[in-house]
Amino acid sequence: MKYVFIIAGVLLIPLTIAAGLIWVERRLLALFQDRYGPNRVGPFGLIQVLADVVKIFFKEDWIPPFADKAVFVMAPGILIATILLTFAVIPFTDNFLVLDSNIGILFFLGNSSLGVYSIVLGGWASNSKYSLLGSIRASAQMLTYEVFMGLSLVGVVMMADSFSLREIVEAQQGGWFFIPQFVAFLVFFIAGIAETHRTPFDIPEAEGELVAGYHSEYSGMKFGMFFVGEYLGVTLISSLIVTLFFGGWLGPAFLPPAFWFFLKTGFFICLFILIRASLPRPRYDQLMELGWKVLLPIVLLNILITGAILIYNSSL
Amino acid sequence: MISILRSIWFTFLHAFHKRETQGYPEKKPYLPPRYRGRIILSRDPDGKERCVACNLCAAACPVDCIALQAANDYNERRYPLFFRINFSRCIFCGFCEEACPTYAIQLIPDFEMGEYDRQNMVYEKENLLISGEGKYHGYNFYKVAGVDMGVKGIGKGENEEPPVDLKDLIH
Amino acid sequence: MNTIFYVTAAVAIVSSIMAITNRNAIHALLFLIISLLSVSVVFYIIGAPLIAALEVIVYAGAIMVLFIFVVMMLNIGMEEETEKQWLTPKMWILPVILATVLLGIFIYVSREFKFENTSADIIDPRHVGISLFTTYLIAVELAAVLLLAGIVGAYHLGKPKKKIIHRFLIKAPSDIKGNMQK
Repeated sequence: MKYVFIIAGVLLIPLTIAAGLIWVERRLLALFQDRYGPNRVGPFGLIQVLADVVKIFFKEDWIPPFADKAVFVMAPGILIATILLTFAVIPFTDNFLVLDSNIGILFFLGNSSLGVYSIVLGGWASNSKYSLLGSIRASAQMLTYEVFMGLSLVGVVMMADSFSLREIVEAQQGGWFFIPQFVAFLVFFIAGIAETHRTPFDIPEAEGELVAGYHSEYSGMKFGMFFVGEYLGVTLISSLIVTLFFGGWLGPAFLPPAFWFFLKTGFFICLFILIRASLPRPRYDQLMELGWKVLLPIVLLNILITGAILIYNSSL
Repeated sequence: MISILRSIWFTFLHAFHKRETQGYPEKKPYLPPRYRGRIILSRDPDGKERCVACNLCAAACPVDCIALQAANDYNERRYPLFFRINFSRCIFCGFCEEACPTYAIQLIPDFEMGEYDRQNMVYEKENLLISGEGKYHGYNFYKVAGVDMGVKGIGKGENEEPPVDLKDLIH
Repeated sequence: MNTIFYVTAAVAIVSSIMAITNRNAIHALLFLIISLLSVSVVFYIIGAPLIAALEVIVYAGAIMVLFIFVVMMLNIGMEEETEKQWLTPKMWILPVILATVLLGIFIYVSREFKFENTSADIIDPRHVGISLFTTYLIAVELAAVLLLAGIVGAYHLGKPKKKIIHRFLIKAPSDIKGNMQK
């Protein structure tokens, strides 16, 4: 029975956070741009989320006649499913987690690489040139950045000596991993922005060139799923950063562990939004160059040095 | 790298800046007196219509939103039988005000004229006519006009010299 | 556990058949992905979680994306005519015979050698890593050299061409001069 509650909680908490992020992002962007943001519906505009959800539910759910219907309907579902599945391995606290797997990190990487399909297939099934261009960009970008995402985690795995996210957090009791693994943290953060294709790496949906990229033809709740999926992705990457580099639920004992986890996650979500507010979008080839010519050597060096230090320490 | 961090930091500092938002419906913005907003028709100090139905405003209007029909009253003065402005077309350029020889048509600082029904955007003369003199006080076209229109003889107006007697060569 | 195994195995077989017979290239690839995913579930059940995860990450997540990418770029959609030409008995009879021979060998081998220990102990990532870098070290090194060769080859093919600034600004090669003198 407790297990069912945990599963329900793990499903509901990220969805609630993601829906709330619609409001948080608009308010924070406004804050950084000297505006107020949505402040009319309810206190501080909090009910704006509800209004948005009602609006998006009652919009016409239109499938273009030229689209490949089955794939078109399936694509947004894949996105939500893969991201929500990944939350199963994230330890909110040491006993509030669904699956304590010994392949936890690999489970996340596998799901995130499956998440590419929703964008690729969504763009392809829309059968429109903007969507196709967007999904081509997305597939190349996400394949590239998955490589560094995986490689940047190798250092953490070596230090924690486990793939299980719970054990990684417990290994950080002596000190959070972002100090010894600072380079890996930076690379993971950049790759995380690229994986969730948020600004500045939102070239798959660059609205100046591609209308809305891969989801140009989507409307109604299908668009809503892409929309919420983006925020779910932000929540996921933030909570993973916290788990892998910032000690997860660990923190001074005067507050409950779950609070520390959500506090740190919230901080990184706000950082995502701050970066969106500040940085312009790079060109496509600049993005690829940054990936293969800068991040890949850095990450490989990081693995080499981490391994050398670990072997040196264990031989002492 | 440094410049990226720097720009992120400066964006963050904007969180503590003064807000640029104007809370419009609650806080009305300041409109200068010569703001070009809603168009009105004014009256002269005697309370009569200033408009002489010369059609210059309708001719000057670049979007043809003004329509009027001239008529003569008992004094043989021209006045508009109807005067209609279609505000769904009007671009508030103010050309009509500049074209008007009698200061009758004026643009005033008011822009809150939204309607749910497009037909309600067409203003008739009774909607346009105000009871005051608008921006130009004390101006009465017929007091300064050179022609004899029953209210004043020739040469009897303000700042007007008596007419030259063409048959007298002594001048 | 057995029912899960049989269900996923059935899904794998059905989706593989769909992948072969489907005329739409993208749909066929999607069925292939489903097949790969169910095979990874089978791997997980029989106690190889690392292989299951790698199956999803490498095959379903990376290689199939590249397949779909290429199919998308070439815009192979509903080319039913060529598919019909290719699916004549003349084309598939030889592969079917070879596959039947393989199936016969497989059945013979599985009946001859009884594997009792089907629910083997779980092989966790640590075991895989240790055996990769001790027992199979030479194979790993050879694979690494092969991949390096691939990278060098890709770099050679993808090397940017020399930029030609203007045809009058290029220094004339000597053989052209020689031709001129003739």
